[in-house]
Amino acid sequence: MILNTNAKNTWCIGCGNFAILNAIKAVINELVAEGLPVENIVLVSGIGCHAKIVDYIDVNSFYSLHGRVIPPATGIKIANPHLKVIGHSGDGDAYGEGIEHLIFAAKRNIDITVIVHNNRVYGLTTGQYTPTSPEGYKGRSTPYGTKEMPMNPLEIMLASGATFIGRGTSGAMESLKKIIKEAIAHKGFSIVDVLQTCVTYYNMYDYYDKRVYELKDHDPYNYDQAIGKIREWDYNKDAKIPIGVFYKRESPVFEESFKPSGAEGRDRSNGIKKILAESV
Amino acid sequence: MNEFSVLIGGKAGFGIDKASLIIASLLGQLGYRSYIYRDYPSLIRGGHTFSIIRASTEKVATYRDQIDALLALNQETVDLHKARLKGSGIIIYDSDSVNAGTVSGVKNAIGLPLTSIIKEEKAGEIMRNTCIIGAFAKSISIEWNTLDATFRKNFSKELDQNLKVARRAFDTSKEFTALKKLAKERLPLVTGNEAVALGLVRAGLKSYIAYPMTPSSPILHYLANLAEEFDLKVVHPESEISVIMMALGIVYCGHKVAVGTSGGGFCLMTEGLSFSGMAELPVVIVMGQRPGPSTGLPTYSCQTELQFVLSAGQGEFTRFVIAPGDAEEAYYASQLALQISWKYQIPSIVLTDKAMAEGTYSFDIGSCDEIKEEAAALWDGRPPYKRYSNTDSGVSPLAFPGKPGVVIKANSYEHDEAGISTEDPAVTVKMQDKRLRKEKYLAAELENYESVKVHGNKNSATALLCWGSNKGVCVEIANMLNLKVIQPVIMSPFPAGRFRKALEGVNKVIAVENNAMGQLTKVINTYGFNVNASILKYDGRDFSLEELEDRVRKVIG
Ligand code: SF4
Repeated sequence: MILNTNAKNTWCIGCGNFAILNAIKAVINELVAEGLPVENIVLVSGIGCHAKIVDYIDVNSFYSLHGRVIPPATGIKIANPHLKVIGHSGDGDAYGEGIEHLIFAAKRNIDITVIVHNNRVYGLTTGQYTPTSPEGYKGRSTPYGTKEMPMNPLEIMLASGATFIGRGTSGAMESLKKIIKEAIAHKGFSIVDVLQTCVTYYNMYDYYDKRVYELKDHDPYNYDQAIGKIREWDYNKDAKIPIGVFYKRESPVFEESFKPSGAEGRDRSNGIKKILAESV
Repeated sequence: MNEFSVLIGGKAGFGIDKASLIIASLLGQLGYRSYIYRDYPSLIRGGHTFSIIRASTEKVATYRDQIDALLALNQETVDLHKARLKGSGIIIYDSDSVNAGTVSGVKNAIGLPLTSIIKEEKAGEIMRNTCIIGAFAKSISIEWNTLDATFRKNFSKELDQNLKVARRAFDTSKEFTALKKLAKERLPLVTGNEAVALGLVRAGLKSYIAYPMTPSSPILHYLANLAEEFDLKVVHPESEISVIMMALGIVYCGHKVAVGTSGGGFCLMTEGLSFSGMAELPVVIVMGQRPGPSTGLPTYSCQTELQFVLSAGQGEFTRFVIAPGDAEEAYYASQLALQISWKYQIPSIVLTDKAMAEGTYSFDIGSCDEIKEEAAALWDGRPPYKRYSNTDSGVSPLAFPGKPGVVIKANSYEHDEAGISTEDPAVTVKMQDKRLRKEKYLAAELENYESVKVHGNKNSATALLCWGSNKGVCVEIANMLNLKVIQPVIMSPFPAGRFRKALEGVNKVIAVENNAMGQLTKVINTYGFNVNASILKYDGRDFSLEELEDRVRKVIG
């Protein structure tokens, strides 16, 4: 399937979002080829450059608000557990304004996938720092450099109970596709932090090229190994940057706590009268 | 005696709430209709908390200051409320904690060593409340059998223990007066919150999402308990922001959903409200008012959010706002809100206040109008499907994810008919017109509803103008003083035509509101109507019958 819409793509030439767009389209095609009905896919996005992705893919989508990718994605999954719900979020979205939702989604292990387009800068609002910009980052709101250390969102996710944690980059398409597909296949809350380069405000292609490496001989089911790899690069220090699946764990999913009680279709009017009669 | 008021008071943690329900239930056994006024501070233990149970031969929806019986579990209750007692009033107190000298002026007084009785019976301290009820029942000549039956209905746990302590107090108490038994069917006791919840269920609710906040939290608790009975998905997420956004995700999948909160939580929900307006995602918000600004008086009552709910959210969009005045109206209003939301794909707000939300009423479901559930406007299956197709009424056909052959795109941005973002000026105007056009059709439909109620003497030239929980007290005063009452129930789209009609023959309008600025008055001003006098109260308490009577008499001279 082509999966294109007639929306005109407005991303800057060279933007890392293209890689994510191509990756997710390829993954959707693979999933559909493997038998997933395309109508059962729902994409949710926040606000920012990343969010336009839902305009560019011809599947069900919910173009949400800044910071608010997770709650509607959760609601969609609760209402209809048959749907594959994939959230696309920006780093300002997921780690700034929406971090509480992210933490809670991990805590409750709702079976959704969150792909964070983490370019470590606010693109659409013209280059301000984000929760993962390095210390000293000079943006329009911090002309003398930020005085804050970045957070390591993957460490937060591990602490919050996420059952799948991965990282990819917009510079490594094949591996990105693999990680995203594995994340979607995972039953439970999965997050993939994608180091997505913003060519216009924070061009990190060279930087990542020199440091990024793929995880090898890593056991994602081993917590200690996972935390070690997650801490190897803290979004600030000049270290090697691992990509791949850091952590995986099986655990009951939230939406299954709502078991149908068999009351569907029952006469509610009588049900109400019964409750009232019993309380007289 | 046509009516009887009982005040029971003590500290928070004394079980005043449960006790007041049992008293109302007991009076209900005799055929009386009740309203329970609840007054409690924002504390879990300590402070002063009390309830006034007003029972009457006719339906009541407000309380009186004057009481016929005072049940005092501590000294403070005597000190604070003794002055309310009528000359013939009865006082029953815990002689272990109340100084007998302080009740010496009361003719019908009975002191019982509640604390000692409880100890002797090895019952929990909380059971002083049921113990005092035993004494009270005797004092108004209720038979033991009636009390026994009431207890059996109200206790699933520790029934025997409660009966035992109540029996001891019953046997040692005295008869002072006899309340006649009425030949009336018994009615269930329901809070305004419960009536709202039941109305939502009746109208097809599938999911309820809320973050706890007084006075709406009881809806969350109530529906969580009914989840199995009605196959509801009830969720308490991390914040009100999450509440409404989660609800919108649920709506997107075609499930009827409602959320509940108060002013502070509603502040956080406004972005989701506006999104609902833009993306045409129907959601019902139950907004229980309490005094602000900010945290204000968390457990008290007011009517200060009317203007807020009418204008909340960025941008311009159609919304439905309804403000019921008692439990029956609340049951109807929440049904209507859910129905209208889905029919027009717009947000609806059910505006309650603490007096109504947490007040308890004898509820007559037989007297309530019921909504006939209408099917939502679903897509007919003929491609191409466009989520936001530009129809005459502005309402586009619905389809939900999972349906083959359709792509459903909900969008917070301005968008085209397919739901793809746009900044095109012509499309922007077209889509904005489409969304606003719904209001015209909605307003036309609402012509068929009793959007402005008229009570009292319909020919009187003097009218009390009220909304929300003030309905009950205003109607009683109007009946007493031969006045008319005009009560707008639907606040948006405002039924200006019906309001004008209600004003016919009226030359003096007296607005009665629980706020400092006259919020309904301001709303009607924008439609060119005026009031002649305002009676405002904003100390966190709603009007008692006596207080409003006094203030209305001063205004009408
Ligand atoms: S501003 Fe940056 S993130 Fe946005 S489209 Fe351009 S390159 Fe991509």
